[in-house]
Amino acid sequence: MTPDAAQRLDADHPDRKARQPECIRVRDLTMAFGGFLVQRDLNFEVSRGEIVVIMGGSGCGKSTLLRHMIGLLEPAEGDILYDGVSFWAQGDAATRREISQRFGVLFQSGALFSSMTLAENVALPLRQYSGLAPKEVDEIVRFKLALVGLGGFEEYLPAEISGGMRKRAGLARAIAMDPDLLFLDEPSAGLDPPTARRLDDLILELRDSMRATVVVVTHELDSIFTIADDSVYLDAESKTMIAHGPPRDLVHNAESAKVRNFLQRGEARPGVDAGGA
Amino acid sequence: MTEAFQYDIEQPGADSLRLNLRGRWRIDAGLPDADAGMESWDSALITFLLRLHAAGREREVEFDLSGLPDGAQRLLALSQAVPPRGDTAPAKPREPLLTQLGHAGVREAKAAGEMLSFVGEATLSFVRLLRGKPAFRRSDFFLLIQQTGAEALPIVSIISLLVGLILAFVGAVQLRWFGAEIYVADLVGIAMTREMAPIMTGIVLAGRTGASFAANIGTMQGNEEVDALSTLGISPMDFLVLPRLLAMLLMMPLLVLYADFVGIFGGWVVGVGMLDLTSAAYVAQTLAKVTADHFLIGLTKSLFFGLIVATAGCMRGLQAGRSAAAVGNAATSAVVTGIVYIIVVDAIFAVICNIVGI
Repeated sequence: MTPDAAQRLDADHPDRKARQPECIRVRDLTMAFGGFLVQRDLNFEVSRGEIVVIMGGSGCGKSTLLRHMIGLLEPAEGDILYDGVSFWAQGDAATRREISQRFGVLFQSGALFSSMTLAENVALPLRQYSGLAPKEVDEIVRFKLALVGLGGFEEYLPAEISGGMRKRAGLARAIAMDPDLLFLDEPSAGLDPPTARRLDDLILELRDSMRATVVVVTHELDSIFTIADDSVYLDAESKTMIAHGPPRDLVHNAESAKVRNFLQRGEARPGVDAGGA
Repeated sequence: MTEAFQYDIEQPGADSLRLNLRGRWRIDAGLPDADAGMESWDSALITFLLRLHAAGREREVEFDLSGLPDGAQRLLALSQAVPPRGDTAPAKPREPLLTQLGHAGVREAKAAGEMLSFVGEATLSFVRLLRGKPAFRRSDFFLLIQQTGAEALPIVSIISLLVGLILAFVGAVQLRWFGAEIYVADLVGIAMTREMAPIMTGIVLAGRTGASFAANIGTMQGNEEVDALSTLGISPMDFLVLPRLLAMLLMMPLLVLYADFVGIFGGWVVGVGMLDLTSAAYVAQTLAKVTADHFLIGLTKSLFFGLIVATAGCMRGLQAGRSAAAVGNAATSAVVTGIVYIIVVDAIFAVICNIVGI
């Protein structure tokens, strides 16, 4: 963790939950594909301005949970509430559409539209919803791309840039409309460690500057210890959540040895500060 | 040199067996020396021991592996460290033929329902387009028009010309018997405008453009681009399907009209070149017999065929899974669905025209 990031976490973390109201509540959520159960009885909440990490081994349903949270998959049972408003159980299509407009989503692959330049990708939601003049849209696009360190790459196509740059461009599109809920699916997966670290720092910066609530799916331990205020651990074997809390607490105090082992592998890595819990 | 994979079993005690392994226990086994100890081993040995182990476990026989090389012992332990998942997909029992037929029928009925529902959603999307500004980009739409229309001209030209030539040849051979070569012009003109031009253009576009739509949208599905659209609050139906549908509905009638003329030209080449008809006589006969009704029937069909090709392509693309194989399957399925529905709709048209008497 960079000294800056560590300082910011230390300054923000201890009473963040005490100060901030609840923003997202996942209530009794069960996810299934047909008869195949993915996860059951998930219950946790995310406070405003918090970065919560959904972690767990491969295939445990982390990305599936994220897709339920952003409205792409309907849960088998249970509900997700945003600021107390039901998204699934009582929410109709109009409510879901309204809540979804608060979302910014970065997909695992970046999911940039391959036929559009980076600028066109970022401009798409702005042109669709903002009603701004084309010149103003261009200015905002330039600003967002500069925020993620891609100033000057406006006219590049996604195929012409590296994987890390595609992720950052995807992030620029996700924050185009200044969302207050940011969902990031494996943002640092497949990136080399320095690039992954820069992306983590960028996520922290964006959270702090935009005051967004961020939900991150990852199993990258470096990222977990760098960015997470809070975390939930999904277990593939028992098909439910087996730990919930800040990773630096869970690393030594989680009830499940599986969670402790998972996190301690990250703590043991050189250069990773688990917070000295 | 002796054969590989040698072993023998001895019984050192009343309740134990010793397995002696000799030779080369390797996948690429050469020939081991006789009576030598085990020379070398790889996964072949481990696989053999695992098989023995499994058979022994069923019979509650304990194994003492201490005589094995250290590496082999560690690999065996590693392969058994994580127990296999208990909830792996069970083997599906083979269904009787009648059940399979029943399932296939239900599947097809469901697929037809999905297609109807998809057309309904596309119609709602079109209504949204009429009410407000388009969700898709104008530049994308013009590109689609170019890909669907102008870029299909060469293949439509070749196919239509050849179909016109073939029709004229077949007709000429038969009509010569009666000295009625002039009616080749009627045969080619009416067949092209009513049936062959719409069907052949439809099939060509199903193979060319329908497959391209399915592969394109299927790849976007795999890259999470369709999900990204949804989370941006943009309907994939408005952004991806509608422009393709409109481009196809605009271009298909124009291509069919073009195919009509190219096919008639093919007939003219045979009529004038082979049947010694004069050019004026052939043209006059065509103009006399090929009425606007024939053109209109063909053009009406072309609208339906365009709708089918675009719908099948886009629908299969959106239904595609997230793997490379799924994209291929989507493209194949789009072509098959397109061609089958084109023939079915053409048959319905034939019946209706017959009843109406046109």
